[in-house]
Amino acid sequence: MNKLELAKMANEVRKGIVTAVHSAKAGHPGGSLSAADIFTYLYFEEMNIDPKNPKNPDRDRFVLSKGHTAPGLYSALAHRGYFPVEDLKTLRKLGSHLQGHPCMQHLPGIDMSSGSLGQGLSAAVGMALSAKLDGKDYRVYSLCGDGEIQEGQIWEAAMFAGHRKLDNLVVIVDNNGLQIDGKIDDVCSPYPIDKKFEAFNFHVINTDAHDFDALEKAFQEARETKGMPTAIIAHSVKGKGVSFMESQASWHGTAPNDEQYAVAMADLEKIGESLGGAN
Amino acid sequence: MADTSGIKKIATRESYGNALAQYGAEYPNLVVLDADLAAATKTGIFKKAFPDRHIDCGIAECNMVGIAAGLATTGKIPFVSSFAMFAAGRAFEQVRNSVGYPHLNVKIGATHAGITVGEDGASHQCNEDLALMRTIPGMVVMNPADDIEAKAAVKAALDYDGPVYIRFGRAAVPVINDNADYKFEMGKGVLLREGTDVTIVATGICVSASLEAAEMLEADGISAEVINIHTIKPLDEDLIVASAKKTGKVVTAEEHSVIGGLGSAVCDALCAKAPTPVCKIGMYDVFGESGPATALVEKYGLDAKGIYEKTKAFVK
Repeated sequence: MNKLELAKMANEVRKGIVTAVHSAKAGHPGGSLSAADIFTYLYFEEMNIDPKNPKNPDRDRFVLSKGHTAPGLYSALAHRGYFPVEDLKTLRKLGSHLQGHPCMQHLPGIDMSSGSLGQGLSAAVGMALSAKLDGKDYRVYSLCGDGEIQEGQIWEAAMFAGHRKLDNLVVIVDNNGLQIDGKIDDVCSPYPIDKKFEAFNFHVINTDAHDFDALEKAFQEARETKGMPTAIIAHSVKGKGVSFMESQASWHGTAPNDEQYAVAMADLEKIGESLGGAN
Repeated sequence: MADTSGIKKIATRESYGNALAQYGAEYPNLVVLDADLAAATKTGIFKKAFPDRHIDCGIAECNMVGIAAGLATTGKIPFVSSFAMFAAGRAFEQVRNSVGYPHLNVKIGATHAGITVGEDGASHQCNEDLALMRTIPGMVVMNPADDIEAKAAVKAALDYDGPVYIRFGRAAVPVINDNADYKFEMGKGVLLREGTDVTIVATGICVSASLEAAEMLEADGISAEVINIHTIKPLDEDLIVASAKKTGKVVTAEEHSVIGGLGSAVCDALCAKAPTPVCKIGMYDVFGESGPATALVEKYGLDAKGIYEKTKAFVK
């Protein structure tokens, strides 16, 4: 996909997020929207995956360590063809394969169940280690929240990945600066995030999470990095794309009501028009 | 007391390490993870034979469990090894959410369980692991009684697709299953001795002690049936219920808290299918302490004498 197509797709992914969370009357729009461009880039450009063969042993893997932003992942998967986009409206409903947090047994395309913060990255490290043990060349990507990295297990996993020189592993930190209780640097600052990963023997790249040129450059650099894992610190805006959600911690885990949903969709329609209409 | 001085004794952690090394060639997907305790958990034996498939994760048990989960998604059969306190205790939520919930093919080999850890004291004597692991949906929980059974449990875990917790001990225990027709079946209890007055359901180190206790009871005219439960979950309810109906009295014996372990599992089964008076022998809601393993099992009544005395008082 070219950059314009990616931008249009990311806007569709955002509509899916807002629609899913509105339909569920619950869920986490803020961090899903901040990561929408990352999900889009991974599933439409970066990763070697095939929705028709989701269990291919040689596929690239993705672990959503910040599992509460499942609406973002689900929307990307649906738009990529893993399941009908219409299913997004079943999010969190009884009997749905779209559980509140990702469940690998319920949904093809989910490489690891996650949601309890801090745990996903360890599983991603295990997958990357397995590739090394077997001499396979698949790559493993894991998305963490900037609040999530307050969990100690993240740094246990980072220490191991750095020690084992897992250069097939890319950790992306969605650095939107906000967590449930407020600004991450007010609650319990994880900064400097880049220097921490550097100290754990990662190659570190700071990038703009909403610029596909920058994302392409970052993931390319990660691919070219040998002998150490890469951490991409993706500077993002929480709630990106929906005017009243942007940079508001209160939209971390709140669903829009009908009126707010209409405004949100109008915002996204406007963005779509500015990009020249839907794909 | 029965004379066991001539019986060979082996710690089941030793059996664990030996079994891993023994099956390493037959199961190329078997990988072993440890958290800086390879010498104590005996996975060092596997490491010597298969150095590339032994992964030392450092002192970070939660991450180790997560790595095992990731490895399992790619088709590996990881055995995660640490002391029971850390494997089942510290990493409980990782075992629950990263292994149990996705029902991944991860095996947890937990050594140094119970008070027979000895001198290290209560901080390292895990008497809660069976209770914790039992509560996780889909988790198989095994607690082998001796060397033969421990190796058989490892093999059974290898051949089973799903999460398994196996508990091993630090102290050497008598080898009681060294006979030609010994057969191990996951989920099946073993009737070791028939009796009519009371059923002693035992697990782990309490199995050989219960056999000794049964001999002492016999001398007092009490006929005790002894059942070895190596698989606490799924529990062989049929065997226990049938025996309880026959004897009308059940004693459970375990090196574990009386809250949530074998005793609780047996009561769960009996209260539904054959309400029977039960005397639970185990750690009575207390922490252990430092001391030699033999002195501790004696003090806390988990040896043959303790099981004999409690059973006799219960039957009378």
